[in-house]
Amino acid sequence: MSDPESGPASVQASALRSNRRLAAGLAERRERVAARLFTAVLYGCCMLFLLVMGGLAVELLWGSRLSLAAFGPGFLWSTEWNPVRGRFGAAPFLYGTVVSSLIALLLAGSVGILAGVFLAEFAPRRLGAALGTMIELLAAIPSIVYGLWGLFVLAPVVSGWIGPALQAAFGFLPIFRGPIYGVNMLTAALVLAVMIVPTITAITRDLIKATPMYYREAALALGATRWESVAKVILPTVRRGIFGACMLALGRALGETIATTMVIGNRPVISASLLAPGYTVASVIANEFTEATSALYLSALIELGLILLVTSLLVVGLGRLMLRLFVP
Amino acid sequence: MKPAVIRTLSVPARRRLSSALWAAAAMLCTFGVALILLLVIGYILREGFAALSWSFLTHLPRPVGVPGGGVGNGLVGSGMTVALAALMAFPAGMLVGIYVAVYAYLSLARLLSFLADVLAGVPSIAIGIYAYTLLVAPFGGFSALSASFALAVLMMPLVIRATEGAVRAVPRELREAATALGATDYRVTCKVLLVAARPGIVTGLLLALARVTGETAPLLFTAFGNQFWEFDPTKPMAELPLQIFTYAISPYRDWHRQAWGGALILVTAVFVLSVAARLSFLLLRGRAADGTGP
Repeated sequence: MSDPESGPASVQASALRSNRRLAAGLAERRERVAARLFTAVLYGCCMLFLLVMGGLAVELLWGSRLSLAAFGPGFLWSTEWNPVRGRFGAAPFLYGTVVSSLIALLLAGSVGILAGVFLAEFAPRRLGAALGTMIELLAAIPSIVYGLWGLFVLAPVVSGWIGPALQAAFGFLPIFRGPIYGVNMLTAALVLAVMIVPTITAITRDLIKATPMYYREAALALGATRWESVAKVILPTVRRGIFGACMLALGRALGETIATTMVIGNRPVISASLLAPGYTVASVIANEFTEATSALYLSALIELGLILLVTSLLVVGLGRLMLRLFVP
Repeated sequence: MKPAVIRTLSVPARRRLSSALWAAAAMLCTFGVALILLLVIGYILREGFAALSWSFLTHLPRPVGVPGGGVGNGLVGSGMTVALAALMAFPAGMLVGIYVAVYAYLSLARLLSFLADVLAGVPSIAIGIYAYTLLVAPFGGFSALSASFALAVLMMPLVIRATEGAVRAVPRELREAATALGATDYRVTCKVLLVAARPGIVTGLLLALARVTGETAPLLFTAFGNQFWEFDPTKPMAELPLQIFTYAISPYRDWHRQAWGGALILVTAVFVLSVAARLSFLLLRGRAADGTGP
């Protein structure tokens, strides 16, 4: 009854067992190899990421070596930008970038924080969700589209209406004196403000929503009005987070390229008037990079990129740190 | 006569008034910002639809003064460039994101997470310069591939953060249960974490795509633009955002019209991606919850 191939039942069972053990061993080994491979691939990708991002800093530093050697730190405060004579100074661009971004931050900060407060504290739930989604969609619109809109819709409004009104009311201030252009620092600042306001609003709203309810209840129980509970209790508790949000927004404004290039007028001078054209660091790179005729010229443009990179890393880094450290 | 205690509890009219005014100001600000969205979208729709036609979508650009002409090559170019960028950034970014989330207790993971956060704020123009010095200058020519690289560098931090967030949102108990059953990190990640985190990851990937689709600055000196059909990624390629830029800053009325048409297409593409991101999250999460998938 037992055929010669298989042997008695006990032998058969033991063969099966050892077979199973062998299979299990193989599977286990395969599992171990797969696990090790997986870890290796994960590590590899992390190293790749560090390499790519480290490469960014190294390439920009290496690319700007000619300019760094030729101009030293004076590059930052020289106002002469003369490709023909080979003299390059970043001051007009730095001025334009800093001033347009700060005005944008001032506008977007005040409006954005108030809007965040309204969405979190005062808006009915449905209305708040709808308005919040609309403001978030504002952040999704590409900057080239904002540039187009700023150039054809906002610039005429600034030169025909906002500019004259400001001049009539505050003409005694040097920042509103002189001829009014459509493409100027103010238009750039307005476009930037529209671009960064969603960041500030969304983060402010989320921060306020995340504060414990008993903060409000305590304030209200002490006799504060709804607004007073926000202004005197809630906002002070989240102020560091809001500061972080403003830094993130500032970082975006500093590095914004296409929209500002289209509406700031692209003139490398420092003028007191906000209604006159200016230039930004990012814009001059965008406009002149492919036209750089000498190695030094290209190097100066890359150094501008390096300045932009370092500044925005510092600003955004500070913002992220604030949001990570002080927001639970 | 009113009891004194009521009078002390009631808020003075001046404070009530100033509170109401501030609340009204906050409401005005919110509506104002939302109104800007409507204004921008309204203009794009009005001006864009006037320029839109079948030939605008399929034809090559024509010289100034020649009627017709379109952005067909730009659409193809943008599609190819963004797809190539996604091919580079998605796998690598997702794996880094998984590492950061799974080994969150390691200081390397924490450093990477913070780096991704900060690098998401690097100006895109600086990344354009990077792609130029790395891939354009040494190889002697502008190429769509260098543009894809620039977009991939832009996208990677976004992909990392999205993956990290989605994996971290998976309940701790799920992971511990799998580990308790003897699964290795590899098994836990592939069979539990990734499956549970899939809706969040897909959403993050789509949002990253939406974010780089409209990028213009890094394309200026990488893809450079092209007047003709080009399907070879090692050659300069037409890109829709670049075409919009060129047309917008030109002095010709007809080109302005085409710029609005291009902007309408771009905004539509970005919004479709954003909406797809939200919908896919709901859809995938729903399926995972009722047990029919994945």
